Amino acid sequence: MRILIYMWEGIRIAYDALRSYKMRSILTTLGIVIGVTTVITIVALIQGLNGAFSKEISSIGTDTVYIQKFPWVMKEDDWLKYRNRPNLTLEESDQIRAASRLAIAVAPQIGTARTVKFEEKSVEQVIITGTTADYLLTSNANPEYGRFFSENDVNTNRRVCVLGYEVADKLFGQSDPLGRRITIGGRKFRVIGVLDKKGSFFGWNMDVLAIIPIGAFRSAFGAQRRSIEIEVKLASPDQIEEAEYELTGLMRHIRKLTPGKENNFAINKQSMLLDTYNQLTGTLWAVAIGVGAISLLVGGIGIMNILLVSVTERTREIGIRKALGARKSDILWQFLIEAMMICALGVLIGILLAVGIAKLVAATTPVPAAITWWVAILGLFFVVAIGLFFGIYPASKAARLNPIEALRYE
Amino acid sequence: MLIKLEKIEKVYEIGAVQVPALRGIHLNVDKNEYIAIMGPSGSGKSTLMNIIGCLDTPSGGEYLLNQHNVSTMDDDQLAEIRNREIGFVFQTFNLLPRATALHNVELPMIYNGTASALRRQMAEEALEKVGLADRMHHKPNELSGGQRQRVAIARALVNRPSIILADEPTGNLDSRTGDEIMEIFEGLHEQGNTIILVTHEEYIAEHSNRIIRLRDGLIERDESVH
Repeated sequence: MRILIYMWEGIRIAYDALRSYKMRSILTTLGIVIGVTTVITIVALIQGLNGAFSKEISSIGTDTVYIQKFPWVMKEDDWLKYRNRPNLTLEESDQIRAASRLAIAVAPQIGTARTVKFEEKSVEQVIITGTTADYLLTSNANPEYGRFFSENDVNTNRRVCVLGYEVADKLFGQSDPLGRRITIGGRKFRVIGVLDKKGSFFGWNMDVLAIIPIGAFRSAFGAQRRSIEIEVKLASPDQIEEAEYELTGLMRHIRKLTPGKENNFAINKQSMLLDTYNQLTGTLWAVAIGVGAISLLVGGIGIMNILLVSVTERTREIGIRKALGARKSDILWQFLIEAMMICALGVLIGILLAVGIAKLVAATTPVPAAITWWVAILGLFFVVAIGLFFGIYPASKAARLNPIEALRYE
Repeated sequence: MLIKLEKIEKVYEIGAVQVPALRGIHLNVDKNEYIAIMGPSGSGKSTLMNIIGCLDTPSGGEYLLNQHNVSTMDDDQLAEIRNREIGFVFQTFNLLPRATALHNVELPMIYNGTASALRRQMAEEALEKVGLADRMHHKPNELSGGQRQRVAIARALVNRPSIILADEPTGNLDSRTGDEIMEIFEGLHEQGNTIILVTHEEYIAEHSNRIIRLRDGLIERDESVH
């Protein structure tokens, strides 16, 4: 009971003090405000990015690996080192498909960008992918209507195509595209299917594409000097490592690499992107923690400073309170509560600012930023603890004042 | 016996020099006495008053206040004794500037844990007693000197202490207001309170029943007034 009464008195005194010196209090909280705003904003950004990233990355299956010339994640000079690697070929893809025990589908792919036309209408910069019937399995490319091309279509290099949702919509609108002849980069193709809507992948519109048999691609657009990529789908995500091992072995065998020679191809998988992403957000975390720690330290010292001023200014008040029966601990708590309240004020301002920034970022950029309340609450406790830490010296100075001298203080 | 001072000594150490302020004070005070302590500056009257008020402890001797041996208490015990047994009235009023009269009077009860409703009621009663019922929500800077001193008296009374200890209570007031304050003290004495007054004004001291004159840290004279 007694404790509640003088805690309440402490809060009342601190509130009076904060109100009497508004400007000073706000300036004192500045360090805390900056620290809290920074940390909460960065955490909000990271959380937002995490959400966006895991949504984006989910379109790359965790049960899929890619055999390519270049690895997805390269250091600065790696490209120069890797560009002399031999291109991956359709023949290699076929050999992998024939030999792999773990692959349930192997789709070689090659791509370019061309204009697609139907009568007067055209769509520019359509991604043209040349591939095989296995693409249906590796990329979940189930047509919304019509069909995907068969192995027979591929083997006979038939000039057929499956259109992305947006291309079909722009060229045909409400009318039926199936069976129509369109031109892709000046060559005629017959539409046999339309894919369902896919959305975008890292800002890339996946509905502006046309898929054609790889042989037709080569004869129409040439592909001898370019590397294909081989998409390999597995029965389950658990087989990723095993498959990486198997595919590496197969590729080395196909390319007759003697032991000791480096791989001259790359096996890519989703987790590589995830690792890179985690490194990036790890850096963000470090920045958040660094800026947060420094500004909280500065803020804490500011609070200690202002409390020392406050103790001096209120020496006489402390004397009066002691004469009337305040014990050391009562005075100690009075100033600790003031320190904690300054901190809490800083946290509240910081949270409000962070919410504002997060809203602004979410409204003006594609990066979604979501305030996580556990961070805010954790921040409140943490910063109040900082108030305690930096408040203890001025507060104990006040508590130790001799009442006679304090009463005499002018 | 309310106060019993036995051979009270106080020595201040200023650097390496030892300055004796009190050199063996014997003093007994009964309940409901009205005492004035007088003496020129440097006589030790402030020191004596601080010791009686439990703001300071003696270097030697024994001080019994209401059967408590105060001379051996630590800071927190002294704080509790001050809160319970002593009501201070100071020359410069010593009110909290940012708090209302009511809150100033509530202060001693905050430190003994009185619940807020009771605290408020008792503070209001104390302010009514000193004639400030209509000024409860004013801050000290909105009150005259006399009114401030009345708030301080209400604050000194509110815990029903054993002693009211007033240090030059009229020193900062004009003589007419001073007289009003002295009337309040007289009224309090008649109601059974024990009052110890420190003053250097003869005519103020004459309000009391007993004048104790100090000189060089010793009691020079202890006389009754009629």
